[in-house]
Amino acid sequence: MKEYKTITEVSGPLIFVEKTEPIGYNELVYIKLEDGTTKRGQVLDTSNDIVVVQIFEGTGGLNRECGVRFTGETIKLPVSIDLLGRILSGSGDPLDGGPNIVADDRLDINGAAMNPYARQPPADFIQTGISTIDGMNTLVRGQKLPIFSGSGLPHNEIALQIARQAKVPGSDEKFAVVFAGMGITNEEAQTFMHDFERTGALERAVIFLNLADDPAVERLITPRLALTAAEYLAYEHDMHVLVVLTDMTNYAEALRQMGAAREEVPGRRGYPGYMYTDLSMIYERAGVIKGRKGSVTQFPILSMPGDDITHPIPDLSGYITEGQIVISRDLHRKGIYPPINVLPSLSRLMNSGIGEEQTRDDHKAVSDQMYAGYAEGNDLRGLVAIVGKDALSERDRKFLEFADMFEDQFVRQGKDEDRDIEKTLEIGWNLLAELPEAQLTRIDNELIKKYHPAHRAK
Amino acid sequence: MEIKGTIYRVAGPVVTVINVPTKMYDVVKIGNEGLMGEVIGIEGDKSTIQVYEDTSGIAPGEPVENTNMPLSVELGPGLLESIYDGIQRPLPVLMEMMKSDFIERGVTATGLKRDKKWEFVPTVTKGTSVAGGDIIGTVQETHNIEHRIMVPPNMSGVIDTIKKGSFTVAECVCRLTDGTELSLMQKWPVRAPRPVSKKLMPNVPLITGQRILDGLFPVAKGGTAAIPGPFGSGKTVTQQQLAKWSDTEIVVYIGCGERGNEMADVLNEFPELEDPKTGRPLMERTVLIANTSNMPVAAREASVYTGITIAEYYRDMGYDVSLMADSTSRWAEAMREISSRLEEMPGEEGYPAYLSARLSEFYERAGRVNTLSGHAGSVTVIGAVSPPGGDFSEPVTQNTLRIVKVFWALDAKLSQRRHFPSINWLESYSLYNNTLSDWYDEHVSPEWSEMRGDVMEILQKESELQEIVQLVGSDALPEDQQLTMEVARMIREYFLQQNAFHDVDTFCTMEKQYKLISAIMKYSDLAITALESGTPLENILAVKAKDTLAKVKFEEDFEPTLKTVLSAMDEEFEELRR
Repeated sequence: MKEYKTITEVSGPLIFVEKTEPIGYNELVYIKLEDGTTKRGQVLDTSNDIVVVQIFEGTGGLNRECGVRFTGETIKLPVSIDLLGRILSGSGDPLDGGPNIVADDRLDINGAAMNPYARQPPADFIQTGISTIDGMNTLVRGQKLPIFSGSGLPHNEIALQIARQAKVPGSDEKFAVVFAGMGITNEEAQTFMHDFERTGALERAVIFLNLADDPAVERLITPRLALTAAEYLAYEHDMHVLVVLTDMTNYAEALRQMGAAREEVPGRRGYPGYMYTDLSMIYERAGVIKGRKGSVTQFPILSMPGDDITHPIPDLSGYITEGQIVISRDLHRKGIYPPINVLPSLSRLMNSGIGEEQTRDDHKAVSDQMYAGYAEGNDLRGLVAIVGKDALSERDRKFLEFADMFEDQFVRQGKDEDRDIEKTLEIGWNLLAELPEAQLTRIDNELIKKYHPAHRAK
Repeated sequence: MEIKGTIYRVAGPVVTVINVPTKMYDVVKIGNEGLMGEVIGIEGDKSTIQVYEDTSGIAPGEPVENTNMPLSVELGPGLLESIYDGIQRPLPVLMEMMKSDFIERGVTATGLKRDKKWEFVPTVTKGTSVAGGDIIGTVQETHNIEHRIMVPPNMSGVIDTIKKGSFTVAECVCRLTDGTELSLMQKWPVRAPRPVSKKLMPNVPLITGQRILDGLFPVAKGGTAAIPGPFGSGKTVTQQQLAKWSDTEIVVYIGCGERGNEMADVLNEFPELEDPKTGRPLMERTVLIANTSNMPVAAREASVYTGITIAEYYRDMGYDVSLMADSTSRWAEAMREISSRLEEMPGEEGYPAYLSARLSEFYERAGRVNTLSGHAGSVTVIGAVSPPGGDFSEPVTQNTLRIVKVFWALDAKLSQRRHFPSINWLESYSLYNNTLSDWYDEHVSPEWSEMRGDVMEILQKESELQEIVQLVGSDALPEDQQLTMEVARMIREYFLQQNAFHDVDTFCTMEKQYKLISAIMKYSDLAITALESGTPLENILAVKAKDTLAKVKFEEDFEPTLKTVLSAMDEEFEELRR
């Protein structure tokens, strides 16, 4: 392998190198500094004259005397079953003082697009033990369901609770968690680690950490490493893998930073025009493949800048992911945990994961009815603020009360409270029983007779 | 003839090559693996290529071949039941060839199977003079679809020989006196519209079985419609419903830059769906094109053209075709992405300046036409747009709205209330209402147009009253307005709401639609009369028959129930009068 000492320009995270032999696009590059340390980079643009390389560890200490070696291959992650229980850096090096991974295989971290024809439509209900998710925004295996949150909200606690409690009722298949932290603070990382250790979850987890003070460019590969590990565990070892990616906003910021460094034409709010495609290359790696046992389910977390759901990051994410769980600052202020606002939340794959065979025959009807009831009650709050409670009709007052009880009993639950789906639906029915039966227009009469507390009592 | 050149530069999906003469939109093969790409710019001896596959590892100096052909699709028997990617590679075949569940690169597969034999029956004889678009024979492609083999549009002559029998798509079945050989298959460049003899006025509605669409905002056969919707507003379900239920013979569904899992759902669901009219699998009249968001961006850009060319081909046989493009925003974003890689001067929000032109070119390929052979056929285009942040003022939505005639405004607020299909009845519109009213008068009822007007008026009034109710509460309204609110609620809940997942409610015939809405309007009329004659509003609102009306839409054999409801309603009002 030739070593070039022909760096012509260093600009932000990029270097420009002259070379003599042809260099492939996306190739992995090693740069040897004068003090003997090595940095890694990736080819962004290659032509007969010059190659543009982005450096993952930042260009600090680089000068024109540095040696550049092109490896002739794209970035690969060494994988083996021993990944489980390991804590790795954002670029895949061990952080836990353990040995290097002895590779069974080395996989391209960019992955390939799954053939849509090979995909199995996800349909296996995952019970998270959180009522607002299980009852009204049901998660299924192979889904990508992001948490849209804001700064200062307890999204990390919710993600941890889900990682702890998630299971498919009545099955004892192998389960693993892959966690990728991108640009998270040391403190947040500690919290995650502590929780993983406390619950013994670490031994079935792989953790990739790119901390807030690690180079931003590295963030671009962290989720790809995590998903490569996840795919390996899922498809080679038949595991059901839950991937938690936090915080995707930091990832998108890094993407924007790189775009600016490359002097690209910026798109909306300065984010690159290809951000949609780039995000989809990450999110779309969730799924189930026909005839294979494992699956990859994604829980990306993104904090919406200024709680703005129309910001490009949540907006583009929402177009790729199958729904979203929205964390509400209002509920959080009311002291409700988990402060999940069901109204803007949605699970697009819910219908395939619920029903008689998966959960219970009344699941959809109960969920629809509670949505309708809560939406109505919530709207009435605005009215009450203007005209006062007394001006409401009897019917409206019932709905208003329903909304309050819904938040207090259905949404609110303990951090370690693991409600099974029966329990969730039972709470739901108890709340619905407070509404006049004639108002339950979303529920078939048969189901009302079967499950409504007033009828069941008889 | 293939001429070889070399790669000069690689930057993502955009590759520059030198020393190879090219024409715009020629398909070229890039690198040692022969990745497919298309010429999108020429400067001196350098040509810019957009590559349909991942370019990782491709290096300058690798060879380039020009096929000298524009990007074309293969048209012939075997299109139906196929599942293609954006450049007409059959996905099941790719899976087999790659021996992988993932899309590897450098694999080419023909759009039509070369080994399958089709039973060809000529419909013309020796000596007949034929021109482009003329039908020379038929092949039974699937159980219910007869594939009409046509002379390619740019060809004409006199039949010398024509053979009946079993042929593959590539074999010659017919020879013209000038020696031209015709096979069952023809090729057509995707970016050029297929010629027609004449475009017709779209004055026949596309019946979709969806009440809010057929009833309030119909689209004509050969028309264009847009479904914009912020995410989570039920756009995909609405489109799938349209694909399943519209009364067209052929359905082309383009999943352009959409979610893999949703595409998988479509790919799995379609083969299992039964065609309500024939009892055969719906797939037998469907072509699916699936290019998920993580598949190469250039192929996504091409996918809508691939789809509409196939749609036009079936139209030329004299069929009604509906084409769903989900979503055109993803397509526009693909254009933007490629444009920015080309370092073109960006227009609004980074989209290329030619966005508007490309969109209108695409939608103009819809239409009801007289084909070259004199048959009537149509392509109806229903494009989904996904405006970022639900902001309809963004360029893709705005440019689309300037072209399309029907707008089905999906509304996230409605879907949050679980009102499905969550199409906002105040913001949606159809410019076909006037052209189609003759058809409705003749085929549904002469009262239809008037009734539609009444329904819209009630809904409009409701929204005005709603503002007052927001301020003072509903009890403060005069009684007749409270009644309007109640009738509007009935229209919304009993008529507009439709459950796509309910076995019966998922499709509603025009007859049932008409009877349902008549029943609601009948209540309205009876109630107004009763109110005028002094009956207290409370009693009118307490009429039980109207609540049973809610269940009628869920019944397959709805007539008896409806009859009971109507007579019960009559009785109850009779009672009130006493």
